[in-house]
Amino acid sequence: MNWLSDITPPGIKKIFRNQSDSGDTLWTKCPACSEMIFNRDLEANLHVCPSCDHHMKIDVTERLNALFDDGKWKKIKLPEVAVDPLKFRDEKKYTDRLREYRKKTGEEDAIVIGVGKVDGVTTVVAVQNFAFMGGSMGMGLGEGIIRAAEEAVSRKAPFVMFTASGGARMQEGILSLMQMPRTTIAVQMVKEAGLPYVVVLTNPTTGGVTASYAMLGDVHLAEPGALIGFAGPRVIEQTIREKLPEGFQRAEYLHDKGMVDMVVPRKELRETLGGLLRVFTRHGVKAKPAAKPEKKADNETSNVTSLPAPTAKANDTVSKSGQDTDGLDKAAE
Amino acid sequence: MRTYLDFEKPIAELESRIEDLRGMEKSADVNVNDEISRLEVKAQKLLSDTYSNLTRWQKTSVARHAQRPHFCDYIEGLTEDFTPLAGDRSFGEDEAIVGGPARFRGRSVMFIGHEKGRDTESRLKHNFGSARPEGYRKAIRLMEMAERFHMPVVSLVDTAGAYPGLGAEERGQAEAIATCTEKCLGLGSPLISVIVGEGGSGGAVAIAAGNRVMMLEHSIYSVISPEGCASILWRDAQARGDNKAPDAAEAMKIAASDLLELGVIDQIISEPLGGAHRDVKATIERLGDAVEHAIHDLEDLSPEELRKQRREKFLNIGRVGLA
Repeated sequence: MNWLSDITPPGIKKIFRNQSDSGDTLWTKCPACSEMIFNRDLEANLHVCPSCDHHMKIDVTERLNALFDDGKWKKIKLPEVAVDPLKFRDEKKYTDRLREYRKKTGEEDAIVIGVGKVDGVTTVVAVQNFAFMGGSMGMGLGEGIIRAAEEAVSRKAPFVMFTASGGARMQEGILSLMQMPRTTIAVQMVKEAGLPYVVVLTNPTTGGVTASYAMLGDVHLAEPGALIGFAGPRVIEQTIREKLPEGFQRAEYLHDKGMVDMVVPRKELRETLGGLLRVFTRHGVKAKPAAKPEKKADNETSNVTSLPAPTAKANDTVSKSGQDTDGLDKAAE
Repeated sequence: MRTYLDFEKPIAELESRIEDLRGMEKSADVNVNDEISRLEVKAQKLLSDTYSNLTRWQKTSVARHAQRPHFCDYIEGLTEDFTPLAGDRSFGEDEAIVGGPARFRGRSVMFIGHEKGRDTESRLKHNFGSARPEGYRKAIRLMEMAERFHMPVVSLVDTAGAYPGLGAEERGQAEAIATCTEKCLGLGSPLISVIVGEGGSGGAVAIAAGNRVMMLEHSIYSVISPEGCASILWRDAQARGDNKAPDAAEAMKIAASDLLELGVIDQIISEPLGGAHRDVKATIERLGDAVEHAIHDLEDLSPEELRKQRREKFLNIGRVGLA
C-alpha cells in the first residue's frame, strides 16, 4: 500500500486498475502494493516486487536457471506413467485437461527435475510447477520425486525440493492419494543414504503435498508470505465459522509455530542453500586443528581431548568429501 | 430400531409388512405363516440384489451408516485386556484416534484406529473421528511401543478426514500426518490396516501404510470425499444446485472392488448380506479372521524384511497391473 492508495476511494482505484491491466505486456502490477513494474526489472529481481518485496510466482525454468551456478543444469526426464487409469471425467475429460496443460507449459507433468551445482555443491533439485494443474500431485509427480531421490542417491548428492501445490490430483483418485506414502519412501531413500533433504516451501503448498514430502525435510526453508498448510483457509473458515487471523498459515506464521527453520527471501535462497549444503555434504571431512588443544590437568577434560578435534577451518587438502562422484564438485571452494 | 438408508426403502416396506404380519399371528387365529415366509424370501432376494449392485454413492452411505461397527466394537468383540493409552506426550489427548495393546487370539497386538462415536455425546468426545495432530502423534508413539515389544500393529481406518481446524493447523497437522505415514513405512513390526468405514484422504493413509491393506466390502477409500470433489470439479453444476457428489463418487472409483482392481489394496473382507450393520457380530468375526491370517503370514518376517515388503508394495502401486 502506498499513500495514494490509502487516500483514493475504492471506486476510483478500480477505474485505474482496469485501465492499467488492459493489454500492456511490458508492465506487471504488483498484486500486493499495486506498483507498476517494468517486466524486465521484475525478471531481473526474480519476480519479487522491488518496492514491497512481495514474492510473485516464478517460472520453473527461471528458478532453476537462477539457482544453479552459471545457470547450468541438466534436466532429468520424468518416468512414464499410466495415463488416466480411472478414465476420469468431470465437466471435462482428464485426458483433455492433461493435453491442454502439456501444451501450455511444454512439460509432461507438474514437476521439473534438474541436476547441477548450487554454490559449488552438486545437487538434485526438483521444482513443482504450479502452472501445471496447480502443481497437483498425481502419478507423474510421484514417480518424478522417486526418480529425483534415486538420482540423488546414485550421485551421493543432496536433494532439494521446491514445493508448490494445491494438493492431490483428484482426477487420479486413490492413485493420487497413494503418492503420499510413495513420495515418503523417496524421502526415506535419501535419508537412509545419509544425504541431506532440504525442502523449500513456496506459495502455495497445501493438502497432501504438505502432509508428505513437504514436511519431512532435514531443513525446511520457506519463501516470505508463502501459504503453507494442510487444509485450505476456505475449508477451515467453513469448519470453524470464523474469520482466520491475519497472516495465518503464512511462512512467517509457520516459522513462529516451529514448522519452518527459516524464511528466506528469494534473492538470498541460493546463498543460504549453498551454505547448508556445504556443511551437510562435508561434515565427514576431517581438518587439522589450527592449534593444538591445550592439555589440562584434571581427568574430565583429558577425556574430552580424546574426542575428534573440532574443525577449525575447512581443509581442502582432504579430498574425500563423501559426495561428488562425477568430479563436478572440484571447483567448489 | 433399524435405520434404513434411502435406497433401502423397498426393503424397509417389505420388512415392516413382515413385522405387521407377525403381530397379527399372535393376536388372530388366521394362519399367516406362509405369507410371512413368502415375504421373507422376497425380502432376502431384494436385499441381496440391492447390495450386489450398490452404486459407489450408495456404498458411501453404507460406509457412513450410523449402526456400522466402529473401532470400539471391534475391540470389544475381538480382544481381551485392551488398555486404551492416551496422549501424545507433548500437547494433549485426541480421542478421534483410540489405541492400545490387547490380547487377540493368543497374541499381544497393538490396536490403533479412528473412532467416530455412536451418539451425540460420544461423537463430540471423539470429534466424529476427525483427528488432530495429537491423534497422529499418539499413533506414532504407540507404533514405536509396539516395535519395542515385537508386537504386530493393527490399524482400523474410519475417518472422513483429518480435522481442518485452526488449532490443528497451528500445531502442525501436515507434519503430524507426514511423520505418521513415515512411521508406518519404517515400522519394524507387521502393520495390518483395514478400512472399516470411510478412508478419507491423508487422515486415513497416515495410519494405513501397512504390509497388508484390506477393506470391508462396502467401505470406501478416497483422496477426497465425494462432496469435496464435486464442489471443486463440478463447481458450476453444484452452484446451480445439482448434487454432483454421486458423480464424483463414480468418477473417483472409491469402492473396495475398484481399489483391489487398481492394485491399491490386497484383500476385501466380505460383509454379511445387507451390510455390516445388519450383522455386527458376524462382521467383527470376519474381520478378526482376516487379521489373524495376515498376522500369521507376516509374523516370522524380520524388521528389515517387513520394511522391504512394505516399500516394494507401495512402490509397485501404479507401476504394476494398470492398463
